[in-house]
Formats: sequence, structure tokens, C-alpha cells
Amino acid sequence: MKINIAVKPCSTIVNKTGGWRTFKPNFSYDKCISCGLCSRICPEGCIVMKNLKQYEKLKPITDYNYCKGCGLCAEECPAKAVIMEKEEK
Amino acid sequence: MNKPQILEGSRAIALIIKNIAPAVISAYPITPQTHIVEDLAKFKADSQADYEYIRAESEFAAASIILGASATGVRVYSATSSQGLLLMTEVIYNIAGMRLPIVMTCANRAVSAPINIWNDQQDVMTIRDAGWILLFAENHQEAVDQHIIAYKLAEQLKLPVIVNVDGFIMTHSYEPVIIYDTKLIKKYLPDYKPTTGQYLDPENPITLGALVTPTNYMEIRQELHNDLIASLEVINKEYKNFKKIFNPALKITKLKNKNSIESGLLEYYGPKNASTILIAMGSVIGTIKDTVDNNFKEKIGILKIKCFRPFPEKEILQVLKSAKYIAVLDKSISLGHMGCLASDIKAICTGKISAKIQNFIVGLGGKDITSNIIKKIIIEVRKKDDKTKFIGK
Repeated sequence: MKINIAVKPCSTIVNKTGGWRTFKPNFSYDKCISCGLCSRICPEGCIVMKNLKQYEKLKPITDYNYCKGCGLCAEECPAKAVIMEKEEK
Repeated sequence: MNKPQILEGSRAIALIIKNIAPAVISAYPITPQTHIVEDLAKFKADSQADYEYIRAESEFAAASIILGASATGVRVYSATSSQGLLLMTEVIYNIAGMRLPIVMTCANRAVSAPINIWNDQQDVMTIRDAGWILLFAENHQEAVDQHIIAYKLAEQLKLPVIVNVDGFIMTHSYEPVIIYDTKLIKKYLPDYKPTTGQYLDPENPITLGALVTPTNYMEIRQELHNDLIASLEVINKEYKNFKKIFNPALKITKLKNKNSIESGLLEYYGPKNASTILIAMGSVIGTIKDTVDNNFKEKIGILKIKCFRPFPEKEILQVLKSAKYIAVLDKSISLGHMGCLASDIKAICTGKISAKIQNFIVGLGGKDITSNIIKKIIIEVRKKDDKTKFIGK
């Protein structure tokens, strides 16, 4: 057995699923209250709360390689800081 | 222990599995496999064994349970038959694809409809392409030996193995058989240790059976095929190792017939340069041997295929090269084509052997294969026509 078929989590090499997206979530960091709800609710687990230089609190960073544009983050955001926009390809 | 006892085939298999000591057993009872799992469940209930015996609500569940258990890196076992094996089919393919070292017993039985609980080998033929090593036993002792060899093969090759025993003919009949004790088995088959990073472990999380795109799928399937072909050599080697360890311990001497060939893949019984050769798998070999020994003085050879997948092409051609008439006895049929063993034999002989190869379908749904049927086949195969024939009387 030369090919290793047991893989580590989050180690996909080719199947980046971001291309399935029709609507893209855009985050307004000024409106964002840093509650972290979007990060916890994302079904793909592709939103991570990170420390950015220009902001005091943590802000959501999305991995668009895997975001399928489901819109749950926009739906649930209490500050309405996420807006779904049609993505031009 | 290590002495012949008169045992039912199913009990012999159950006893040897107990001594091989898997950690998890899961099965759903189906005739004619029932006695095997009944015995295994009883050993557990009587505290004679310490494996987990998990009752399942169907064969699909039983196969899934042993798949999951094997993925956590322990030795597992299951047994099934006929419709049960068919219900397992999806999981059977997954087990091979995930390279889990699972050993199963299939008590071969006919497939519905019409419903029939008796022996033929149609059930296992439906999953012959799944990537499992398929071993066929002729008698109780061979079945017991093959289970030990099966675990040894599975665990070093990461390939699953099915040991096929003819339903009722072997599972419900009594024969003298030696059940090796745990100490002797451990000399040949050490405790199973899974490869680090290849099994489910909360400390080191991995995914098994993950999605693979067109970029890599074909390469992985090709590797499974190549590994199966390469396993032919290992099967032979492990068979020799088995004999080396077990024969002296039990004071077994070699076969008397000088011309016989015996390997892990096949067994040839008969004279050198036989002009007529009969090929078959499983328990029917005993009937053929007796019929030929008692009725024919001329050169008739008998070839027993012990390992059907991977198919031992080179070894079979070596035996068949001198033959003029080859009769292939099949207890299964690819409906609309011919017997499953016959089509494989014809495929490997094309362009290499000029003998007439004829296919005979026998014993479907438990129809007795008598000496008269064997005699008829030997007469038929020497005639001109080479159509597939059903011989029932």
C-alpha cells in the first residue's frame, strides 16, 4: 500500500468547494459586534475569529475556498453586519 | 487440544475463531451459517471468550459494525450466507476500499428466487469483484486452517478475506478435525497491531474512506488491484509457513502421491500429463476424487482451486498445459453467459492452451452431485461439442 488513504481532517487537496457559491457573504467590520455567532454557526466551519491590527476585538475571517454561500451567517448576524451579494464569475 | 475430534463444521469454525481471539464479533443469523454464530454467542455467554459480541438487526448492520470496529484497529469477525451477503454488498465494497483486515466466513448458499436454503456458490460470486481475497475450503480441516491463514494474510496485506465453506455439506456435517490451541496459533499469528496513523484514534484523528476526486480515484483502485495480484505470492508463502509451523507440532506427514501439487492457491491430484482434467472448487472435490479413483484407470487429473480471487493464472496454466480435455464444474452461473469459474479459466487459457474447455453447471440449489454425474461429465467432455451443460442427474 503506497498511497495513503487515511487522511487528516481539513487536508483536502483538490476539491475546493467555494466554486459552488452563487451568493458571497460580505462582512462589514464596522457594524460587527464581535459576538462570534457566525463562526459558530457556519456549517462548513470556514469562518474563524481572528485578531486584526486595526480592530480591538476579534473579527470574522472567511475562507472563501470553502464558503458555499449558504447565507446562514447573514441570517443569524444580530448586528446585520453580513450582506449576501451575488458573485460575478 | 491439538488432537482430532469429531466435530460439526460450524462448531469447528466457531472453536478456531474463539482461539484466534478477535476483539469484536457481529453477525446476523442466516441458514446455513447459523450454528457458527450461535456457538460464538454461547462461548461469550458462558464466559469462555472475552470478545464483544454485538447483536445486529440485519446483515447490513452487522457488516457496518465490524467495519467500524476494524477501523478502530482491532481484530474482528463475522459470518454470513446467501441473501445476507447480498444485503452486505455495499459494505463489502467499502471494507475492501478502506483496506480493512476483516475476515468473514461465507457458508455458501443459493440465492432467491425461488427461495432455497441449500448449497451452491452463487452468493459469493456476486461480490467476487469487490477486492476481497476469496478462499474455498474442501473439508473441515482445510476450513479451520484457512481461517488462521486468512487472518495472517489480511493483517499483513490490509486486504479482507472471505473463507467459503459449502453450506450444509460442510457446516452441518461431522468430520474428524484438529482445533489448534491458542499457544500454537500465536506462534504463527501474533496479536494484531494496527499501523500508526491508519486507524481511528481520538488522540490522532483521521478520516477513513474519504472523498476522492477523478484525479486520484483510478490510481487508488489500480493500487488495490495490483496489491491483490501481488498477494498471490504472499498467500503461497504464508501457506508454506503455516505447514512448517503446524505440521511438525501435529506430526503430520506429507501426501503420498508424488505427482500431486499442493500450494496455498490450488491443489492438483492425479498423474503427470493427464489428458483429462476436472476443475472445481469446494467440497465437491472429495466426490470427484473418489469417483475417479474408483472408476477410471486412465489418466484423469483433478484441479482444486483454493483461491478464486486473486485468480492464480500462472499456477493454473502450469497444471493445464498437458491437458486435451478440460471440464470446469461450476456451482454458480453468470446468467446469460456461463459458469463463473469457467469464464475465468477460458479467459486465462486463450492463446496459451489448445485444449477443449467445457463448462458443466452442477449442484445448483443443493442438488446432489453424485458419482454418476461426475462419470457423465468425464464422458461428455471428450465429445466434440463444447456448449455449457447443466448436469442434474
